[in-house]
Amino acid sequence: SCPYSCYCLHEAAKYEKKVMVLDFVTPTPLGNSWGLGGTCVNVGCIPKKLMHQAALLGQALEDSRKFGWQFTEEVKHNWMTMTESVQNYIGSLNWGYRVALREKKVTYENAYGEFVGPHTVKATNKRGVEKLYTAERFLIATGERPRYLGIPGDKEYCISSDDLFSLPYCPGKTLVVGASYVALECAGFLAGLGLDVTVMVRSILLRGFDQDIANKIGEYMEGHGINFIREFVPIKVEQIEEGTPGRLKVIAKSTKGNQIIEGEYNTVLLAIGRDSCTRKIGLDKVGVQINEKTGKIPVNDEEQTNVPYIYAVGDILQDKLELTPVAIQAGRLLVQRLYAGATSKCDYVNVPTTVFTPLEYGACGYSEETAVEKFGEENIEVYHSHFWPLEWTVPSRDNNKCYAKIICNIQDNERVIGFHVLGPNAGEVTQGFAAAIKCGMTKEQLDSTIGIHPVCAEVCV
Amino acid sequence: PVLLLEPVPQNPGPQNEYDLLVIGGGSGGLACAKEAAQFGRKVAVLDYVEPSPQGTKWGLGGTCVNVGCIPKKLMHQAALLGSALKDAQHYGWNIAQPVHHTWSLMAQAVQNYVKSLNWGHRVQLQDKKVKYFNMKGSFSDPYTIRGLTKAGKEVSCCVISAILPVCSQIAGALEYGITSDDLFWLKKSPGKTLVVGASYVSLECAGFLTGIGLDTTVMMRSIPLRGFDQQMASLVTEHMESYGTKFLKRCFPTKVEKLESNRLQVTWKNTDLGTEETDSFDTVMWAVGRAPDTEALNLEAVGVKTNSETGKIVVDASEATSVPHIYAIGDITEGRPELTPTAIAAGKLLAQRLFGQSSELMDYDNVPTTVFTPLEYGCVGLSEEMAVRCYGSDNIEVYHAYYKPLEFTVAERDATQCYMKVVCLREREQRILGLHFIGPNAGEVIQGFALGIKCGATYPQLMKTIGIHPTCAEEITKLHITKRSGLDATVTGC
Repeated sequence: SCPYSCYCLHEAAKYEKKVMVLDFVTPTPLGNSWGLGGTCVNVGCIPKKLMHQAALLGQALEDSRKFGWQFTEEVKHNWMTMTESVQNYIGSLNWGYRVALREKKVTYENAYGEFVGPHTVKATNKRGVEKLYTAERFLIATGERPRYLGIPGDKEYCISSDDLFSLPYCPGKTLVVGASYVALECAGFLAGLGLDVTVMVRSILLRGFDQDIANKIGEYMEGHGINFIREFVPIKVEQIEEGTPGRLKVIAKSTKGNQIIEGEYNTVLLAIGRDSCTRKIGLDKVGVQINEKTGKIPVNDEEQTNVPYIYAVGDILQDKLELTPVAIQAGRLLVQRLYAGATSKCDYVNVPTTVFTPLEYGACGYSEETAVEKFGEENIEVYHSHFWPLEWTVPSRDNNKCYAKIICNIQDNERVIGFHVLGPNAGEVTQGFAAAIKCGMTKEQLDSTIGIHPVCAEVCV
Repeated sequence: PVLLLEPVPQNPGPQNEYDLLVIGGGSGGLACAKEAAQFGRKVAVLDYVEPSPQGTKWGLGGTCVNVGCIPKKLMHQAALLGSALKDAQHYGWNIAQPVHHTWSLMAQAVQNYVKSLNWGHRVQLQDKKVKYFNMKGSFSDPYTIRGLTKAGKEVSCCVISAILPVCSQIAGALEYGITSDDLFWLKKSPGKTLVVGASYVSLECAGFLTGIGLDTTVMMRSIPLRGFDQQMASLVTEHMESYGTKFLKRCFPTKVEKLESNRLQVTWKNTDLGTEETDSFDTVMWAVGRAPDTEALNLEAVGVKTNSETGKIVVDASEATSVPHIYAIGDITEGRPELTPTAIAAGKLLAQRLFGQSSELMDYDNVPTTVFTPLEYGCVGLSEEMAVRCYGSDNIEVYHAYYKPLEFTVAERDATQCYMKVVCLREREQRILGLHFIGPNAGEVIQGFALGIKCGATYPQLMKTIGIHPTCAEEITKLHITKRSGLDATVTGC
């Protein structure tokens, strides 16, 4: 289970329902595992943001010299110091969740749950001991795990984000395979910590995101020393030398022809997508339909599967967003509907998000291409601007790389339907604008709002 | 700080050279001038900087660019980077001690950037065909400005500065003290500094001086950040205290003397203890308020009304003064927020009304702002006490939370004062009256929400907004503990 289910359980327990949570982490191919809290806490948002912060601080160090701070020229980063601190913090969160569940009298078992029949689940713990449990209702929140390439050497020698955040040695020269936000965020902070990083991309960057911005992100990363190999996919990974890290040879083939290239790296990080953990939990035994191709579970707007007493939330849902706050909101509202007579449903429209690449990207609403597709080019207006954060002037850094754009629907009073900002603290900037979009803001209201000076966000008003 | 003249058809004076004369080349003046020029008007800007008592002067751009927002935020950033250096060690960066800060390196970098902005403004005016005069003068009659060049020649236009830091009246204050006008242009480190005042200017300056490693003390006569939400103001000063800034509360200075060592000896009265105390400092900075220099403008001669208490120019909703063709915007106007963005917006709208067929008036409600103290404070709308005063405490609901920025965890930083609250009406719709946030990047956090408030955001709409994870701002969308409930408002969990 994942943090959102914890919130569900808190809610349910509030209404004095007897609640149990089964959480189990199947170790990664390299044997890695973690505690209670799910992806976000252990191998997602939290360690990601902390390591991103470590990289940003590296940049801050360099900036600080221009602001008058003096210290030795040579500054090196120690991977172990960082990872230990991050893991300690995660450990405190795992502990915090266990305490919270106990306080709310939610029964927790560190066991693998699977359906064996109507209203019945079998829980198998680490030692193989099996127990059966029955319940009136069930919530599936099993999340996803990183996908592997299915090529020789992938499971033996490559790591994934499931391994990266607790890697007990510095990854060294790294090849990141993939173009997802996971790939770019990881490549970004690894480079920021001083490592030699290459990203191998099959086709486009950040599929599903505004492509104009995705390209700007790629350009920025390239301009900051990250190598990109475009339109290639790995076909084999071989070990040249064992070690922590060792040395690996990667053989890759062009997607456009027969060209083969080779490269040597200390670490290969696969970030090519995630698969739902829905195939081995006995859903067939209770008749829950899943999308056979993707493994995702279709639900109605009340998070109910085709089996009335079985619900699902989070990354495993079909056609919903894979985000922690969405899952939390959905879970909380679900429980309020089931046990407190509430009627509010989770609002999946205009959910804001942020990609924590070295140049951060915050977005809410339509990308430019989907807006054009849905409303027609003549019916939308795009207002945009480059900007230079004041804090980057003194260190003479990256003039004209930051960018903001707002997409308006001309036919609906120039209502703002898309908000995009590329720049520092993009998440902090975007959050408030997401609230304003929820209030139906128009371009006129945007124009009449006074800016706070001097901050980056004022470029948007 | 701007006074504007527009042409009147039956002008009794000589043929007007300009359609618009802008006095004051600051945020408001430049914005108005450039906007008017867009409409094809003949515009001139008059800007002159009277040197400070310590002899400091600067170029085109006004307070914000030269001795306000810009250098302030850059020096604030220098201080924040000092904290970043400490944090970095927790995140694995090995920085050999010692680490120290050199004032002159920072000051030069900041001053160079400001000078580039001065230049940029001059180029912009040129590009827009706005005439610029670096001249000072006053009204000689309602349609004419008498200008004096540095050489004392009379010309037909003139320039004046806006509001200036007020200096204390006590012995030695003027001779030995500096103000914010001087601080940003100092070539040498101010050293051990006493900042007198409780304004945001005082706290922001004391904050960054502390952050770059200087021994800094703030002397306050009474409450900090008058006019701001007082609960938030206390959290700001509490944080500064734990950050290392010393506070002399409920004290006021009685004299400043120069010692043989060239240090300054300050004597003050402690109103709580009734005692007189003394200490020596390298620098004493007055941050006890700002006031307009309207006498120099000779406004009385042309009948422009000013507020007898503050000296500021009285204007109506369309920024008109008591004289029909003279307008005023910016810090010099009575009852308006003293903020760059409001001056800019007012200036643009004024030009659009005068020359562009617009009738849109400036909306001064719900203007967001941020105090750039070491732990920043951003806000929009009403303070809690103002909301209580307007609506009664039974009719408002305050949702609040203490939170810990994720980045503080590994850095082992104290988040005791990281706090936020939203003040709403209690009745059905629960419209948001005010939003207050203390934490890193407060300005970035508040900006978008200010927009929401302009759209009439309600508490339910805030709750329907999904958070961005992990950020500080997302906690605003999760506020659910009311002050009324008395429950612990500390956010837990991931």
